[in-house]
Amino acid sequence: MTQNKTGKLIVFVIAAIGLLALPILLQATGSNSWVRIVDIALLYVLLALGLNIVVGYAGLLDLGYIAFFAVGAYMYGLLASPHLAEHFAAIQAMFPDGLHVNIWLVMIAAAIVAGIVGMILGAPTLKLRGDYLAIITLGFGEIIRIFLLNLDRPVNITNGPKGISQIDPLTVFGFNMGQRHTLSIGDWTYTFQPVTLYYYLFLFFVILAVVLSYRLQDSRIGRAWMAIREDEIAAKAMGLNTRNLKLLAFGMGATFGGMSGVLFASFQRFVSPESFSLMESVMVVAMVVLGGIGHIPGVILGALVLAGLPEILRHVAHPLVELTGGRLGPEILRQLLIALAMVVVMLIRPKGLWPAPEHGKSLAK
Amino acid sequence: MSETILKVANVSKRFGGLQALSDVGITIERGQVYGLIGPNGAGKTTFFNVLTGLYTPDSGSFELAGKPYTPTAVHEVAKAGIARTFQNIRLFPEMTALENVMVGRHVRTRSGLIGAVLRTGAFKREEAEIKARAQELLEYVGIARFADYKSRTLSYGDQRRLEIARALATDPQLIALDEPAAGMNATEKVQLRELIDQIRKDNRTILLIEHDVKLVMGLCDRVTVLDYGKQLSSGTPAEVQRDPKVIEAYLGTGGG
Repeated sequence: MTQNKTGKLIVFVIAAIGLLALPILLQATGSNSWVRIVDIALLYVLLALGLNIVVGYAGLLDLGYIAFFAVGAYMYGLLASPHLAEHFAAIQAMFPDGLHVNIWLVMIAAAIVAGIVGMILGAPTLKLRGDYLAIITLGFGEIIRIFLLNLDRPVNITNGPKGISQIDPLTVFGFNMGQRHTLSIGDWTYTFQPVTLYYYLFLFFVILAVVLSYRLQDSRIGRAWMAIREDEIAAKAMGLNTRNLKLLAFGMGATFGGMSGVLFASFQRFVSPESFSLMESVMVVAMVVLGGIGHIPGVILGALVLAGLPEILRHVAHPLVELTGGRLGPEILRQLLIALAMVVVMLIRPKGLWPAPEHGKSLAK
Repeated sequence: MSETILKVANVSKRFGGLQALSDVGITIERGQVYGLIGPNGAGKTTFFNVLTGLYTPDSGSFELAGKPYTPTAVHEVAKAGIARTFQNIRLFPEMTALENVMVGRHVRTRSGLIGAVLRTGAFKREEAEIKARAQELLEYVGIARFADYKSRTLSYGDQRRLEIARALATDPQLIALDEPAAGMNATEKVQLRELIDQIRKDNRTILLIEHDVKLVMGLCDRVTVLDYGKQLSSGTPAEVQRDPKVIEAYLGTGGG
């Protein structure tokens, strides 16, 4: 028992050091691009964990999940950029320097708004299951994107396909994460790039999301969600109000999506409807399913693999592109190889790369 | 001395041209095992579904433990105090046996999202209580050793026991078992009988809907026989067995 505990502690310490050192090691390659890739991968992990509540716990296949990501991103984009002030005289009068709402306020607001949007979109789908639910949610996801695309006329709210730019970078207690910061201890100095700072911020949110997911899983509400996923009729007969519980799952998942969206907007400092296409929703679902539906370590692995794989393939694919005289573009090849990888994984490990253990705690060795 | 748990009167239900139930009424006292039998298509399942809120009756009055009771939404039924099992077992297959029973405690507990996220003292206490009660019920039905097994890996008889444990977890006034012996072998049937006997001894009330006449006659305190949606006969098993109408329905008139 004590041996087991020390073992766990050692693993934990090594993992913590590894995670903290990772961006610094990647930075040693001389460019920011790898750290950037990891940052984006962490955002996908956040999204996948949020979707896991809807798909993994409650068993509701949501193909429009990226819409909530868009809601969060656009909320921060609108509330922390000159865009609204430029187009509305009233706002210009009130905030001559443009709107610059504190990100933490936007974060809370985005969590609430996305949660409510999640419930509103969830409400009409309550009686639907499986394929039908997937189709409806897919439609809702597209509706949100098309709204963002077209809300530049008659009044310019979202700036249409051009998107919103000049979004404020993230500031944590007066500490601007969009700038370089130099740490010096005696003679030794180290310069933190913005991507590295964002890495730590995203890591913090991922850890928070993991803790939340675990706590939800081992709770009365979490068990009720899983009961609905397993057998809705039996769940109802046990007295579960499946309507409210499903809405709660939609809302909770959307909250995660909205918060990731705020982080995304502050990281990219630019949002446009392009980032929220159907393909993105499909990717997030694929991450959850490929990793191991409903199992948190699996979902994280799935997100990292699917977010990282394209970037790795970008480098590997180069010789192949040259071999075919450029007829096989890197984009095509990437899509092809990812599709292939997914088919292979699903054939060999139909329950995902890292599925939930077969039995409960006492039997797990 | 005796206390009426369920009083149902004048229940009728029509599906298009078919009168599935006409004026059916039963009264169940605390601690009884009440049998509802009848040939195929007699209306047993329809009655069951009306009682558990799946169908809305055309007429009828219901009273549960002295309080008027309207079976409307399915999820309200368990809250009101009627727990059921299913003819074709419906467990939560990918959840462990223990978790299945813990879900049964849902209606009698109340912690929500905030408690779960913040792990408040109240949440932890309630969670421990849910777990302890679920463990106790698994022991009660005799499958405590499978607590951490996923329920789909249990044998048929044990799945049936688990379903009963899950129903008991809702602290029901009345437990309604829909053909619990269906698909069971002789040994499993004997064990099921012992379990139902045990539950009755603990002063719980059971409504048993069954095909197996032998099981019903051996186990029940009172029996109602349905045929073509009508109440053919009611009484103790011995009375019902002697009733010429019942003999006719089951065996035919004999052709004189």
